[in-house]
Amino acid sequence: MSTTGNILFSGVGGQGILLASEITAYALLSAGYDAKKSEVHGMAQRGGSVTAQLRYGKKVYSPLIEPGKADILISFELMETARYLPYLHKESKVIVNSQQIKPPAVANGQVAYPVNALDSITAQGVEVVVVDAFDIAQEAGEVKAANVVMVGAMSTFLPMDVSVYEEIINTRVPERFREVNLKAFAAGRKITD
Amino acid sequence: MTDASSLWMSGNEAIAMAAYEAGVKVASGYPGTPSTEIMENLSKYEGVYTEWAPNEKVGLEVAIGAAFAGVRALATMKHVGVNVAADPLFTVSYTGVRGGLVILTADDPEMHSSQNEQDNRNYAYAAKLPMLEPSDPAEAKEMLKEAFELSERLDTPVLFRITTRIAHVKGIVSKGEMLSSQAECGIEKSPAKFVMLPALARNRRKVVEERMGELKKIAENGEYNRIEEGDKKRGFITAGVAYLYVKEAFPEAAVLKLGMCWPLPENEIKAFAATVDELFVVEELDPFLEHHIKAMGVECRGKDCIPNQGELNTSIVRTSIEPDSAPELFPPAELPMRPPNMCAGCPHRGVFYNLSKMKDVFVSGDIGCYTLGFLPPLSAMDSCVCMGASVTIAHGMSKALGDAGKGKLISVIGDSTFMHTGINGLINSIYNDSSSVLVILDNRITAMTGQQNNPASGCNIKGEAAHAINIEKLCEAVGVKHVEVVNPHDIKACKEALKKALELDEYAVVISRAPCVLLPEIKNAVHNPYLTTTENCKGCGACVKLGCPAISWTPMTKEEAVSKGYKEKQKGFAVINGVQCNGCGQCFALCKFDAINRKGE
Repeated sequence: MSTTGNILFSGVGGQGILLASEITAYALLSAGYDAKKSEVHGMAQRGGSVTAQLRYGKKVYSPLIEPGKADILISFELMETARYLPYLHKESKVIVNSQQIKPPAVANGQVAYPVNALDSITAQGVEVVVVDAFDIAQEAGEVKAANVVMVGAMSTFLPMDVSVYEEIINTRVPERFREVNLKAFAAGRKITD
Repeated sequence: MTDASSLWMSGNEAIAMAAYEAGVKVASGYPGTPSTEIMENLSKYEGVYTEWAPNEKVGLEVAIGAAFAGVRALATMKHVGVNVAADPLFTVSYTGVRGGLVILTADDPEMHSSQNEQDNRNYAYAAKLPMLEPSDPAEAKEMLKEAFELSERLDTPVLFRITTRIAHVKGIVSKGEMLSSQAECGIEKSPAKFVMLPALARNRRKVVEERMGELKKIAENGEYNRIEEGDKKRGFITAGVAYLYVKEAFPEAAVLKLGMCWPLPENEIKAFAATVDELFVVEELDPFLEHHIKAMGVECRGKDCIPNQGELNTSIVRTSIEPDSAPELFPPAELPMRPPNMCAGCPHRGVFYNLSKMKDVFVSGDIGCYTLGFLPPLSAMDSCVCMGASVTIAHGMSKALGDAGKGKLISVIGDSTFMHTGINGLINSIYNDSSSVLVILDNRITAMTGQQNNPASGCNIKGEAAHAINIEKLCEAVGVKHVEVVNPHDIKACKEALKKALELDEYAVVISRAPCVLLPEIKNAVHNPYLTTTENCKGCGACVKLGCPAISWTPMTKEEAVSKGYKEKQKGFAVINGVQCNGCGQCFALCKFDAINRKGE
């Protein structure tokens, strides 16, 4: 595991990408890293493509990930994963929530949903882990915790112990959601552990 | 994080904290991405008066008033907001201040959420004001505090420029010490300084030049600008977020980092240029530094190889200067676009659906969520220029077209934008006998920027009760005789109201009134969603044409249609996602086949 890295979060506005990237950022910070994160505001709640870019290391200057340099792509929606293919390299880890959200052109019947979108990534020899985060979160007791399931699945690729994430969830998440988020994190982590 | 005083904050959160620590007492602004969160966060600190102003000119003038009264004051706005505030800006440069005054401009290279990407460093040059420009949240926090000190020291307003990648970037910042104004709060009459009539302004004009001379000395003394030693084969002069990209693309190189981007340290620039073999000026947008550096007679490169459009990043900076270093990237996948869309249950949709059916009208649009009415399938907006321009452009067209424009010109504006600068246009339209129709989309809030209250909302920036301007009475007061309020979710009533207004022989206002679905009281309410009885669906597509994100179309082949019990020629059926549906009923109103219903109805 590297001590510097670039994590690209992608998905659709309203999927909890900001919270997932915040938990990850706090985990990196408590492990002593410098970090910077770029967010997309304004359109975030209007159903458009959304990203958060998180970079960590000894000293981080730029808040933006260069194309070809994302070490981890954590994608909350199936086809949105493929949109960021030019950001990946051969050793990138790609973690994908299997959920599909239809973009307008699909919803109004103009084009079909690209169900095989992940093929464009695997065709480049990049490893892809698909997570049924929605179902796993439902089992954990709250579908809205799908984002934390994803953070759990990603956590094995980052240099922090489970206890660091648990501490973050215990201190940063409102009390009534803590237990379900801890369960969601653990269930997600099990997938890649 | 290293110690207990370290915080993880966005640039905008850090700037709010800095304003508090700097001892700001009055702050005014109009919401605008990427500046909005500064005022939102500052409003949570004790001891600072904050407000949403109806527009940026008002906001800046409020801040000027506070500075004249001897307290530290802040005005925040997005880049295009400075255009609105430019009138007071250019003259407050002459008057100077008493309490420190900082005018924050949040520029939006790449136009993430803006209609242009103007480079507001040009305002510093044009208004003869110093401008500070940080590179990241931590520096923004320190620099804003310094800006207030500088303002009082040199009796000058200070422009403070950030960009999207500072405003909406999170990083580690530290708490700092509390400062306070050197000025005394109170009424102090100094007409020679504050009354800018020609004779007095001519005197102040000289003061402005003297002040620029002082500022140039400060620029040279290393308070804001620094040289980072390094490889002298290539030297870089850079500022703002571009500095970060230079540090990553060319970590070994010598750099002159400018924290004050106006005025420039001419001697330092010349001295630095003399020490390096080749000098590059790296800046986002305009060749602002480059032009001024070249005017000093210093040879340098810049926009001949670095783009003058859009955001930069490390990769663009590196490959612009070293084209051979371009890495081979995986090719982009071909995917359907995912543009933003009006929300499920958005009241604006009812108006735009009806406008989309009126093929021979020109829809003069404005700035807000409803600009999304431009996108298919509604495609019901024909122009959008700037805040408030919907009203005035329709009036201008009506005067140009004469009788040919009658019944064909509609302007569409949100409640907050109407309060911003729409009302001036309405006054003009009435005064000069326009023949067009104004639709005010009153969703009770400034929605696009994230639900900020405005003078028609009934609440102030803190959410406390405030006087709510009655929009219909305001319209009547300026002379509109026909004002009709309609519920946009009632598609048929909305259509009739629009039709009636267009047929009138006088100026008419239609107020479309229903709350934004992102307002907490709507968002958190229990909705009774509409559901599809798919066996009744005839595949007419009427509901799909609303473009609601909760409605999707399932296509069928002939065989599938027959096996599902539909007529062979039916090409598909519509399905409502009950989780996304907010129960607005617009689709229910359009369905002629009893395929859309909800529980208990």
